Amino acid sequence: MKLTQEEQDILDGKEGQTKAKIMQTLVEFGELFGADKLVPVTTSGHLVTSFGIGLLKPVYRIMDEIIEAGLKTPFPFTVDPRPIDYENVKCGVLDKLIFSKIMYSKQKHYEEQLSKIGLKNKNAFTCTCYLEEVGNTPKYGDILSWAESSAVVFANSVLGARCNRNSGMLDIFGALIGKVPNFGLLTDEGRKANWIVEVKTTSLPEAQILGSAIGMKVMEDVPYVKGLDRYLGTELNDEVISYLKDFGAATASNGAVGLYHIENLTPEAKKFNEKIINKDAKVYVIDDAELERVYKSYPVMWKKTDSKPSLCFIGCPHLTFYQLNKWTEKIEENLKVSGRRKIKIRTIMTSSPDVVEKFKQTENYIKLKNFGVNLSSICPLMYTNNPIAGSKPIITNSNKLRTYSKSRYYKDDDIVKIICGVK
Amino acid sequence: MKKVFKGRVICSGSYEGECVVSKQGLNTLATFQKSALMNKKKVIGSDQNNKDVYGKNLTGVALILPQTIGSTTGGLVIQTICQMGINPAALLFSEEIDSLAASGVILAKNWENSQIIAIDKLGSDILTEIKTGDKIRVSKDGTVEVI
Repeated sequence: MKLTQEEQDILDGKEGQTKAKIMQTLVEFGELFGADKLVPVTTSGHLVTSFGIGLLKPVYRIMDEIIEAGLKTPFPFTVDPRPIDYENVKCGVLDKLIFSKIMYSKQKHYEEQLSKIGLKNKNAFTCTCYLEEVGNTPKYGDILSWAESSAVVFANSVLGARCNRNSGMLDIFGALIGKVPNFGLLTDEGRKANWIVEVKTTSLPEAQILGSAIGMKVMEDVPYVKGLDRYLGTELNDEVISYLKDFGAATASNGAVGLYHIENLTPEAKKFNEKIINKDAKVYVIDDAELERVYKSYPVMWKKTDSKPSLCFIGCPHLTFYQLNKWTEKIEENLKVSGRRKIKIRTIMTSSPDVVEKFKQTENYIKLKNFGVNLSSICPLMYTNNPIAGSKPIITNSNKLRTYSKSRYYKDDDIVKIICGVK
Repeated sequence: MKKVFKGRVICSGSYEGECVVSKQGLNTLATFQKSALMNKKKVIGSDQNNKDVYGKNLTGVALILPQTIGSTTGGLVIQTICQMGINPAALLFSEEIDSLAASGVILAKNWENSQIIAIDKLGSDILTEIKTGDKIRVSKDGTVEVI
């Protein structure tokens, strides 16, 4: 990799040993993938590591080193959701003990560390930093040092920004140095599709299952999806953005997709059409039967598979403002059918602090609250990692949460019936 | 004649012992999180979606896999299990190493002085010709063979 004199000086330790070690890590990382140079990061970072898990000792030690060296990010950054919210996600004494004293014992300390190196503000904790309410929204062509697989895939695919699937720590390093290695999804060549996915379903597929099917098939490749614009249209409105958020999260967690193109819809597919597809691209056809096959393949990890669910999480990734309103309408309709005033299963909906603040100004917030739904900005995954919570029969409409926990996945229309007691 | 696989050395080292083969992409967070969170002395694979590693000991063995997949905490998870000393002895990738696993082994090497071995581009045949439980030899030059 060819470094500028300034970069070489940093690597040689002229700006301190910590910065040199950070630079060395970035350079070695880039060289492994044939990066020719480092390129400037053009906007705010987003970090995946939001949780002060006691055992992540390397993180706190390196953060201390960074603070001691006086390093700070040039742009304020956002970070994934907090793992705890006792106000809106009630916990028993034992849960609290495990969360605060054992699992997330370093939370306060870690948040202080984040503030010292450039955290945006107290509302910066969300996996959907790219939503307009949150404001860490990259422009087309921006170069990012982000992690959080669902945010990276959204920024690349829906916004046309450029970011590799960075790991935790590498996200901080790139944001601090203000440079990232130029390879993979940062290059024109790396953004070309090597899979054509033909959607031949009879209706709009469930975003979370379609994403899961594609992720499992293409792994870390770039898919070009045809046939979805029949249902989604050709404009990125609130409904479509919400769909693509959930779709992308499933491609990234069930596989390792960092970028997808949707024909006639996402910016690079619109700009380049099929010119962005590699000549030797493989083809994956998805019809109703294929989606059903994928859906049926999800294992149920509960101790007793016929248990009645005790908790439901909706909002991994965090819900958009549009989705909060839609879910309120869905629940209202289903409660009318079941004849109930309140939901039957304890349900937590999660959304970013900024979107929650906006939603609280609406009548739908009062309705949702009266239905018995709790609204939080917690990370459902971090919550369900608690061994006590993890042993409970939890249901979710998130394929990401299903993948990383024992939560059982249901489609949107099924889960709303379950929580509303519709038989 | 036994087949010898030759790959690109990312972190050099020698190893002789058992291996576990994951024919599908290994979800790092889903596989390692349970044992790491519970502060266990050994990692038992906890990814419900990967029957090749689910319930198997992964500490101190050679883990043969195509690539890693899943959450971008992946690299940090690898760094942490190396810091805890419960990591696989070697990560042997049939394909080019992915960015998350690469981050993990580089972080482990530079910040934890870890000795984890990493070799990639060993070719997809390694996933079928070597079986879980086989004893293998990994050499510093990036060769892997059943012994």
